[in-house]
Amino acid sequence: MTKNLRVKSSEFIDETSRISFKFDGKTYYGFKGDTLASALLANNVHLIGRSFKYHRPRGIMTSGSEEPNAIVQINPNSNITEPNARATEIEIYEGLEASSQNCWPSVNFDIGGINNFLSPFLPAGFYYKTFMWPKSFWEKYEFFIRHSAGLGKSPTTKDPDIYDHRNIHCDVLVVGAGISGILAAKNAAKNNYKTLLLDEKNELGGSTIFETNENKKINNTFSSEWLKKEISELKNIKNLEIKTRTSVAAYHQYNYLLARENLTDHLEKKDKKNKIRQRLLKIRAKKVILATGALERPLVFNNNDRPGIMLSSAVKKYSDFYGVACGVKNIFFTNNDTAYESALSLHNKGIKVAAIIDIRENSDAKIIKKTNDAGIKIYWSHTIVDTSGYKRLSDVSIMKLSNDGMSVTGSKTSISCDCLGIAGGWTPAVHLYTQSGNKLTFDEDRNVFVPKADNSAQICVGSCGGDFELDEIIKNLSNKLKNFLNISQTDFEDISLENDKETSKRNIWLLPSDKPTGKTKPFVDYQNDATAKDIKLALREGFRSIEHVKRYTTTGMGTDQGKLGNMHALGIIADTAGVKMGELGTTTFRPPYTPLTFGTIVGRNVGEFFDTFRRTPMNDWHIKNKAEFENVGQWKRAWYYPINDETMHQAVQRESKAARKSAGILDASTLGKIDIQGSDASEFLNRVYTNAWSKLAIGKCRYGLMLNEDGMVFDDGVTTRLGENHYIMTTTTGGAANVLSKLEDYLQTEWPELDLYLTSVTDHFATASLCGPNSKKILNKIIPELDLSDENFPHMSFKEVTIDKIKCRIMRISFTGEQSYEINAPASFGEAIWEKCIEAGKEFDITPYGTETMHLLRAEKGFIIVGQDTDGTMTPIDLQMDWIVSKKKYDFIGKRSLYRSDTMKENRKQLVGLLTEDPNIVLEEGAQIVSELNQKPVEMLGHVTSSYFSPNLNKSIALAVVRDGKNMRGKKLFIPMENKNISVTVSSTIFFDEENKRINA
Amino acid sequence: MFLINCPYCGERDQQEFKAGGEAHIERPKQPTELSDDQWAEYLFMRKNIKGVQFERWNHAHGCRKWFNMARDTSNDEIKAIYKMGEKPPPQ
Repeated sequence: MTKNLRVKSSEFIDETSRISFKFDGKTYYGFKGDTLASALLANNVHLIGRSFKYHRPRGIMTSGSEEPNAIVQINPNSNITEPNARATEIEIYEGLEASSQNCWPSVNFDIGGINNFLSPFLPAGFYYKTFMWPKSFWEKYEFFIRHSAGLGKSPTTKDPDIYDHRNIHCDVLVVGAGISGILAAKNAAKNNYKTLLLDEKNELGGSTIFETNENKKINNTFSSEWLKKEISELKNIKNLEIKTRTSVAAYHQYNYLLARENLTDHLEKKDKKNKIRQRLLKIRAKKVILATGALERPLVFNNNDRPGIMLSSAVKKYSDFYGVACGVKNIFFTNNDTAYESALSLHNKGIKVAAIIDIRENSDAKIIKKTNDAGIKIYWSHTIVDTSGYKRLSDVSIMKLSNDGMSVTGSKTSISCDCLGIAGGWTPAVHLYTQSGNKLTFDEDRNVFVPKADNSAQICVGSCGGDFELDEIIKNLSNKLKNFLNISQTDFEDISLENDKETSKRNIWLLPSDKPTGKTKPFVDYQNDATAKDIKLALREGFRSIEHVKRYTTTGMGTDQGKLGNMHALGIIADTAGVKMGELGTTTFRPPYTPLTFGTIVGRNVGEFFDTFRRTPMNDWHIKNKAEFENVGQWKRAWYYPINDETMHQAVQRESKAARKSAGILDASTLGKIDIQGSDASEFLNRVYTNAWSKLAIGKCRYGLMLNEDGMVFDDGVTTRLGENHYIMTTTTGGAANVLSKLEDYLQTEWPELDLYLTSVTDHFATASLCGPNSKKILNKIIPELDLSDENFPHMSFKEVTIDKIKCRIMRISFTGEQSYEINAPASFGEAIWEKCIEAGKEFDITPYGTETMHLLRAEKGFIIVGQDTDGTMTPIDLQMDWIVSKKKYDFIGKRSLYRSDTMKENRKQLVGLLTEDPNIVLEEGAQIVSELNQKPVEMLGHVTSSYFSPNLNKSIALAVVRDGKNMRGKKLFIPMENKNISVTVSSTIFFDEENKRINA
Repeated sequence: MFLINCPYCGERDQQEFKAGGEAHIERPKQPTELSDDQWAEYLFMRKNIKGVQFERWNHAHGCRKWFNMARDTSNDEIKAIYKMGEKPPPQ
């Protein structure tokens, strides 16, 4: 079976460098410059994989990124394998290993192939229809469906490769380096535009670079020769950056484009090492020139998917560029002149072309005459009605087309062949153009969607813009560039062109067969096995929108996004439904144009850079002392400090007891801190907090509650007056950024007349919160010179002190109900101050405690945590915190909303305490609360917001929000759980030291 | 991804900005004198139009200044950018 199909030495292939690679375990050889596809074709391997649904044998169809069939698994035996790579894009290197996908046990003998014979039972929507009944069986069906479906296999270990991102700003971005792109980039750069030229291939020049058509000449030489000279001049042009192997994935608004630059995929393993594999380019371009070319269309006829059936342009490229014959006996099937160029190209290289089947009645183009002169038989007005050959095309059957093209007549002729080039015309690659938000218009005459209009920031040139003839391309390009780049002339407007024009056209979206459509397999989407039959079925079943037909039949939903067949799907729908294609529109072209690896998308943002953490200055001490950590926003906070084998519960119970018995210390550095200075600072606080601030004396602290304008609690914290016009506000850990944003918003937009400044100083200070009955003694040891008497340093006041020459601010405030001092030190001295407290506290058994104990201690006192006991629907009145809402103040943020009919309703959900009948049962936070057990449906009165076992009270305590809870004190309620109902009694929210005696004890 | 011309910093990527909803809705000077309906009008009612809409934006990861933007919501074209307190440009 293996034979060498190299036909001539190609300048693009280095035949002195033989490269060995493996496909499906077998070793083959190719040359530097080959793709996996061209190297396999040179070895006469067409069968690459099995199709998705029917497991039909499939081969290489194209020579580019639009490939639907030849998708392979790279490094199939490694756990960092990569699925769904296109053989037509993989440049071979020594040691490359690839394998077929979607087949078992092998591509040559695939059990799933039975689906092909079952295909009458597998129409569009088969899975939707069949596996819906009985409904409960879905889980069983799903197991088997998932096992037999799927393309390729995922890697199982971490990607070891390096990926990167780069921002690029340029004046002009040119996408596509075919003849149009090269001329555009050259003229832009020469006119002082900073220009970037990108192409997905490794060579510049597009399809012109191997064009040796006698009938397409520039300045009397082959267009390829002329273009090579142009390309050789590019390197001398300043302002021009060229990137090959770079595929533009997405074109967003404001000329923001994302491209994937492939740096090492074509290199040998040893050369890949320590290099960036792929780089995501984030490009902001002032102007964008799209020169993305056009994709050749297949033709849709019965059994048009066999290995050996390829696009005619691909057959030409394999022979002209790679020097590979795709078959020894070739046939072409066409509706335009493209196939003749391919046929002559093959013929001139001595590759046999047996016949050309043309659905047109005739054509008087020069190239037809040449084909006749070459002795190639042309069948006019004929179509292929069937093909045969299971794993490789062997024959085609042709018949004469009726005049209306709807049926076939006469007798059937069979022609043997091993390669069939199909040419269904060209589709402008407008994917990026439409992604950018622009619209298409349908050209009835040529059956193509073309860009509707250019604008000052973007143009489409060449065949992407709808120009297919060389002379049109060059002339229109020159005019467009002059206008777009605002230049008086281009350097190629005077070249002489020779161009053989196409004159005859005929388009039939679904070619007829001698069999009824229901008995044929005309594939529209090769990768997803969607046939014309499926599309017609969808229409019969009532689907009309192209977007619905797409999803029902899965047309265009493969990894190739239907680059080949989507136009045919539209055409068949239009023909069947009797509407015009222009009215039907297209499905949405979504990024990426070709698939991106996850690695490229995330770049360097992996591992510890995926989501960065904030750590307090005392972090090392916490680690040294075996703290468990909790994520609070981006902060890593010490959660609890287990000793030996303590569980979290044991540690928290111990820490909680110790803090009330003698002394505890908490790292409170994460609390948000906002420095407020200015002559209107007091007035500002008056407006943002619910309580009054004007009379707060210097050196005093006050708790404040902040609302949203809708009256709901937004944040809380203690603010201290440091001077006449100077305050320091603290916020919750999680709310710090939002509070600052909100304050800045009001200051800049509603009250710009206020004279004050807001500065976030959260990271500038480290805070050690010393609490417990012995906290005063500990602080006294640290600062003996400070008078700590309740007269000199009462609760809710502040002192500035110096500890070991370090200036610190101490606030006597409490979140536990115990005597408590918050020592704020400059962040760089945070750990030193903390250690000093620990050292001084040793004789009092000072116990470091974490956030969990802090939560428990504050719950014992009924202090709320915004975001835990509130959820954006709680007013201060709902929280039974009426005392903090000033009645005297004329206005503050949210005040008016507290008097809306809804917020004044009696039976709102309100914060209450709950005590369980059995003091040992700890409620689950989030558990629902009801008043009746036997009523159905039962009203959910509310839910538990905070719940702990209090070691200081030796019983379970909870906070909850309950409808009309204020009036329920003493009432019995129930919490129905999965296997028991828990009885609770509504209580005060303050469980411990209700008289607040300990604060000054 | 918009390219936004911050009036204080110049052209920057949209990533640096935060959108703040409809512009030119002034907070009532005497909220307590408004009826529930009037207050609700200020609090909740937003136009959300298709076409040119005046919006507030904040250069959150930059100068942190608030400013106004006239944006066509149908195609995201930014028609104008102007500072807080300035009048919207004529259409």
